[in-house]
Amino acid sequence: MNAPVTPPRPVALGQSHVSAGNALELRGITKMFGALAAISDVTLSVRPGERRAVLGSNGAGKTTLFNCITGDFLPTTGLIRFFGEDVTTFPPHERIRRGLRRTYQISSLFAGLSVIDNVYLACRGVSRNRFSLIRPRRDDALVHAAETLVEAVHLTAEKDRLVGELAYGQQRQLEIALALSGAPRFILFDEPAAGLSPTERRDLVSILTTLPTHIGYIIIEHDMDVALRVVESVTMMHNGRIFKEGRPEEIEDDPEVQELYLGGGHE
Amino acid sequence: MAMTDQAPRFVNRADQKLWFERIPAPWWALAVVLVFLPVVANSFWLFQVMGWTFILGMIGLSLMFLAGYGGMVSLLQMTVAGVAGYMVAILGTSGTVTVSLGLVWWIVIPAAFLIAALFATISGALAVRTEGIYTIMITLAIAAAFFYFTRQNYTIFNGYSGFNLVLPPQLFGVNWREPVPFYYLSLVLAALSYGAVVYVSRSPFGLALQGVRDNPRRMAALGFNVTAHRVAAYALASVFASAGGILLVWQNAQIAPGTIGMSAAIDVLVVAVVGGMRRPLGPFIGAFIYVLLQVFSPDILGFFGFSAERFKLIIGLGFLAVVLFSPDGVLGLWDRWRARRRQQGGQAGGGVA
Repeated sequence: MNAPVTPPRPVALGQSHVSAGNALELRGITKMFGALAAISDVTLSVRPGERRAVLGSNGAGKTTLFNCITGDFLPTTGLIRFFGEDVTTFPPHERIRRGLRRTYQISSLFAGLSVIDNVYLACRGVSRNRFSLIRPRRDDALVHAAETLVEAVHLTAEKDRLVGELAYGQQRQLEIALALSGAPRFILFDEPAAGLSPTERRDLVSILTTLPTHIGYIIIEHDMDVALRVVESVTMMHNGRIFKEGRPEEIEDDPEVQELYLGGGHE
Repeated sequence: MAMTDQAPRFVNRADQKLWFERIPAPWWALAVVLVFLPVVANSFWLFQVMGWTFILGMIGLSLMFLAGYGGMVSLLQMTVAGVAGYMVAILGTSGTVTVSLGLVWWIVIPAAFLIAALFATISGALAVRTEGIYTIMITLAIAAAFFYFTRQNYTIFNGYSGFNLVLPPQLFGVNWREPVPFYYLSLVLAALSYGAVVYVSRSPFGLALQGVRDNPRRMAALGFNVTAHRVAAYALASVFASAGGILLVWQNAQIAPGTIGMSAAIDVLVVAVVGGMRRPLGPFIGAFIYVLLQVFSPDILGFFGFSAERFKLIIGLGFLAVVLFSPDGVLGLWDRWRARRRQQGGQAGGGVA
């Protein structure tokens, strides 16, 4: 850190200078792994209900950014605010209980449990009585909530099957159901379209675009057809830094972006 | 959306049965056999074979709960049982009047459960931050430390000789150490422990524990405090181990460091693995096999001219065979055999009702 590198100043989007009104606010987040900075000095604000894509080639630091936001990693330096509250040092479960959700790039489910039990756990995790030894009744509100979510991601026919036996696309759908449990205020989607068929991608776009408008999200996605259709703003990352911010059409037409990202990595 | 003119798709008819109709016939048969066993079996079978099976099964059940549902292989469960057993001897009455406090049973027994739960909780809190082989190591280390402590401490644990003449209270005028009363006492406690584990496995806590086993990081990302859940599992498992430990002291009428030694700690693991760790029935089946081998192998070994001491060799070979051929134990073998038979039956005569 001896040679002061001036990071490219991000384009101000909305009211990024107003701290209290933001759903998510990152200030100067750096995450070092040994001598390697996975992300450096990332400053980012997202308004409540805003939907944003984070794009960048492999190794740009997108998933590390997510891991810092959810608390899987503590950032080396920097500040994270979630709806105005400083959550920088909170453990993951405390952030989740405040309305943050995430999905994983590689499906991260409970293979030994049924579909309905997976979703039930997600609903239970953000409510009371997590340690209850009493079995839920059939008319339990959370059982009902779990069944509704299973239906929302079109898995009702599979609800009693073990998750380990589901097809890949179904597991991705279940990932989304888990992220929608309880009362999410902000969701991090990590490559939700990876490995999905064209039909499943259309389903995904419709699920994302029909989410209640108060739920904002950040989506990491390599498929530009999915990513740019479901967001109103885009952040480009390169080598762990924010490189450009703008509206989807601006980013799509930007020559620098095309050279760096679309030209190289996109099929 | 008239509800009447279409068959309700998601209503499972099995759900509408009364609770006793949902229990399959083999379970009823097993229950009848166990309840009426004292009519035909002699006191050796009731007290030694079945009593010991239930005790070992309950201690194995506490390991099954932690390992099968929580993914935590703990070698500590015999020690937890031993703590409860020692507390009964220390707080209650024994032949060692200089140490035993001689309190009444309704203080002694709850206190034994509580102290064992406290011990399990503290040990669990140390162990849960580790994974896999390190959990085994740290729980083995705690078990070894407690074993040597009881052997060297004379003021509380009466050292090498431990306690003898530890007898169950003469409640309702029954001598609970008589074979038939002891058989029913251990049967009821084993059945209650089994039922409790089956019930809790579908409760929010039990489901969350299985979630922690499958994917701890995701559980945290769903809002669960994974560490607290694991520690709570140690506390809950201690109840089953303690019940087994207290029965064990009453059955032997004594407890000494040897009861909770390293070989006893590993026997609990053997029992759970041989029976099957995936289901609560497994440890009881494993315990039954272990006890039969322990009790009858000296005769068989003697017949072939070997020393009776070699029975550990048979158990060891059996353990090896199970681990090699059926990692989910005897119950796993049974499940696969049934699945194959059903498949063959389906191919041979699909139309047979």
